[in-house]
Amino acid sequence: MNDMSMNTSTKTQVWIEICRLEDIPPQGARVVRATLGCVALFRTASDKVFALEDRCPHKGGPLSQGIVHENGVTCPLHNWVIDMETGRAKAPDEGRVRTFPVEVRDGKVLIDRTLLA
Amino acid sequence: MSQTEAKKLVVIGNGMAPGRVLDNLFDTAPDAFEVTIFNAEPRVNYDRIMLSPVLSGEKAYEDIIIHDDGWYEKHGVTLLKGKKVMEIDRAGRKVVAEDGTEAEYDKLLIATGSSPFVIPVPGSDLSGVVTYRDLDDVDAMLDAARSGGKAVVIGGGLLGLEAAYGLKRQGMDVTVLHLMPTLMERQLDPSAGYLLEKALAERDIKIITRANTQEITGADGRVAGVKLDDGTELPADIVVMAVGIKPNAQLADDAGLETNRGILVDDHLRTSDPDILAVGECVEHRGQCYGLIAPLYDMAKVIAANLAGDDAPEYTGSVTATKLKVTGIDLYSAGDFAEGDDREEIVLRDAAGGVYKRLVLKDNKIIGAVLYGDTADGAWFFDMLKKETDVSDLRETLIFGQAYAGGSPLDPTAAVAALPDDAEVCGCNGVCKGSIVQAITEKGLTGLDEVRAHTKASSSCGTCTGLVEQLLALTLGDDFQPDAVQPMCGCTDLGHDDVRRLIVAQELKSIPAVVQELNWKTSCGCAKCRPALNYYLLATWPGEYVDDKQSRFINERVHANIQKDGTYSVVPRMWGGMTTPDELRAIADVADKFQIPSVKVTGGQRIDLLGVKKEDLPAVWADLNAAGMVSGHAYGKSLRTVKTCVGTDWCRFGTQDSTGLGIKLERFLWGSWTPHKVKLAVSGCPRNCAEATCKDIGVVCVDSGYEIHFAGAAGMHVKATEVLCTVATEAEVMEYVGALMQLYREQGRYLERIYKWADRVGLGVAREQVAENAERRKELNERFIYSQQFMQSDPWAERAEGKDAEEFTSFRLGHLGKVA
Repeated sequence: MNDMSMNTSTKTQVWIEICRLEDIPPQGARVVRATLGCVALFRTASDKVFALEDRCPHKGGPLSQGIVHENGVTCPLHNWVIDMETGRAKAPDEGRVRTFPVEVRDGKVLIDRTLLA
Repeated sequence: MSQTEAKKLVVIGNGMAPGRVLDNLFDTAPDAFEVTIFNAEPRVNYDRIMLSPVLSGEKAYEDIIIHDDGWYEKHGVTLLKGKKVMEIDRAGRKVVAEDGTEAEYDKLLIATGSSPFVIPVPGSDLSGVVTYRDLDDVDAMLDAARSGGKAVVIGGGLLGLEAAYGLKRQGMDVTVLHLMPTLMERQLDPSAGYLLEKALAERDIKIITRANTQEITGADGRVAGVKLDDGTELPADIVVMAVGIKPNAQLADDAGLETNRGILVDDHLRTSDPDILAVGECVEHRGQCYGLIAPLYDMAKVIAANLAGDDAPEYTGSVTATKLKVTGIDLYSAGDFAEGDDREEIVLRDAAGGVYKRLVLKDNKIIGAVLYGDTADGAWFFDMLKKETDVSDLRETLIFGQAYAGGSPLDPTAAVAALPDDAEVCGCNGVCKGSIVQAITEKGLTGLDEVRAHTKASSSCGTCTGLVEQLLALTLGDDFQPDAVQPMCGCTDLGHDDVRRLIVAQELKSIPAVVQELNWKTSCGCAKCRPALNYYLLATWPGEYVDDKQSRFINERVHANIQKDGTYSVVPRMWGGMTTPDELRAIADVADKFQIPSVKVTGGQRIDLLGVKKEDLPAVWADLNAAGMVSGHAYGKSLRTVKTCVGTDWCRFGTQDSTGLGIKLERFLWGSWTPHKVKLAVSGCPRNCAEATCKDIGVVCVDSGYEIHFAGAAGMHVKATEVLCTVATEAEVMEYVGALMQLYREQGRYLERIYKWADRVGLGVAREQVAENAERRKELNERFIYSQQFMQSDPWAERAEGKDAEEFTSFRLGHLGKVA
């Protein structure tokens, strides 16, 4: 499951295949280890996929280990809730985590490589 | 217990009316009578008006018991179960039962109740035709419902509709046949009857009005269908007759007492023989027979006072109010609402909102009230009805309810505050506002359950629960925490207990089923409710429910404790705190091999390996497994450790083998999931070196046996344990602890430690169900053992062999730079 192929869609974006959709458990996450750090790939109950930096804006907790509910994830360390669409912490907490463009095509999960460099 | 000078009181029948007579009598004159009860049913006194929730599965038989065996014993009452009285020998002043048992009386109380009316059509004696009167009827219906199929209920009154709803909830296809044009015509006017019919149709219950049953058809002696006089034929696997009741007056009639429809009584509930009294549904008083609970309780009060020597109280009849016990349908009716020239009506209709209210006035007084959809003001109207309050000044806004009267704000607490002290809050048990407030202040009550225990208010049908809570809020101010209404989380308005009850009642077996059927506000729950639901489902359906790992907190999902840096800690089980050189060597080797930075001895007598990388976990576990160690569940809402001291093996003070018992307990309990973590300890003597008296469950060995403790805490709160009981053998310790664990697993709310659970439900609950009631204890322990067979597999071994492999692996992108 670690094999990767390349796809280019636009001039600026280089889509690389990380895994297949079924490699991520529904309402679960997988971790992608990249040079800049870790990216958490989330899959919701309705098969939406999000990619976020795997670091809670609060105390750096690994968001990939949290519970996924609708479009949110709850950090395992201190229960901050992060909106996976915007990367923002749910009020009253304040903070934002980096999000990455991600696409699912033909059952393949793709992220933009240039953003990982 | 009995005294030589006490007179003999014999009671025929053991329903709610005589039960209440005795309750009242023992309150005022506990030693006045030596009491013997003949009960044709082989049971103790239970709450008959709660049969419908038993049928629908929302309550169990145990929940509706009013007097358990202990109550009869405590009051020295001889209860003869399963003995039917055949004769009252007035000359000999004794009664004779079917099997020849005799009892002499000074005073005799007849409480033979009523029988369901069976319509005399062909086929009414077929097997599968039942009535709806007692627990045997409910059992027969539940039996039929188990195989599914079609049910026909004859009678669209209160009982018939509750039966229909119950059978529907049990999965049957239900049709109600009603002779009259609209449902519950004795309590409802046609408009409310129509709204009710619509609401039932929405619940998929078919209603046929103007249905005149001609014949019940059968095959091989069993019911097959119902034929109506218009030719309609309905197939049926069970037919329930709920068309009314008739008082059981035969026994009294045979004894030469005066009877009409029922046994005739005067205002002291005396029959034509002054030493023979009658109470309840068998009675005819001033031309009225009653089938509802409140009049029976009114009668009971009078009889008890008269028996205790106070002749002043008299029974002058009752005005009755009824509520339909169908979840989600609010319907209330009281008094008389037939139309008449001398009567006026005030009607409020809000068809869109499903609300209908109608008041019938005569001479500016309320004589009848029908409320549908919004019944909050039922008690207020009923109170004015009973007191014959002149409503001239209120007429303009009367129908809008109490909140509008006198321009007071729309605040339910204000409405309750405005009620006079003698306003009846609990109609079932005849408890007025003043008595409840008095009990709250004088006895320092703080919660609903305590009010129920002390006043009986809200303990029968429960519809006044909201009012009682408002009274608590009113009396206690900010000190009142209405735990009963605390929703589980933002996804629902239901509290933990309601959700658990409904999971059982509606046989919900997955989180999506709960979210769908209980109308969650979110599409799939949140991080707060999902772990709780996962636990409730797991505890309710052992062996059936498939654990949803995505609804577990990370620690329980990966069977290790997450640390602040995202690494994990690993704690292997050390049974009873015992270990071996080989185990210690294996732990040391693992720590070296995986470069685990910290090794620590825990408070639970085992060893913690801290700082393990997530991807190393399966390999770490494989090595520990190879040395015979399994998961210590140090990360779970589950059994953690059983601490021990060295006991009789080594200690010169030890009274029992505390280490051995601790190991046995840990081997018995490990793997079980619980509402919160559970820690045990076993101390070999009262010096208590294992600190058993601050644990969730503790055992302190003494010379004569074992003291079982529970409900201790040594975390954020520090609290010594309470003693559950003392037992003589290790085998008993195992059974009692198994039962206690199961009781906690079934009643505890998610994330509620044992001491908090015990505090909420009362320490008495565990003592009664585990220590005192052997049968209940055995059942609980058996359920625990049944559940354990699905729980005791080592989660580490499973994952070391590849389960959830994706959890422990990640994708690496390090080489990508070259590929572009």
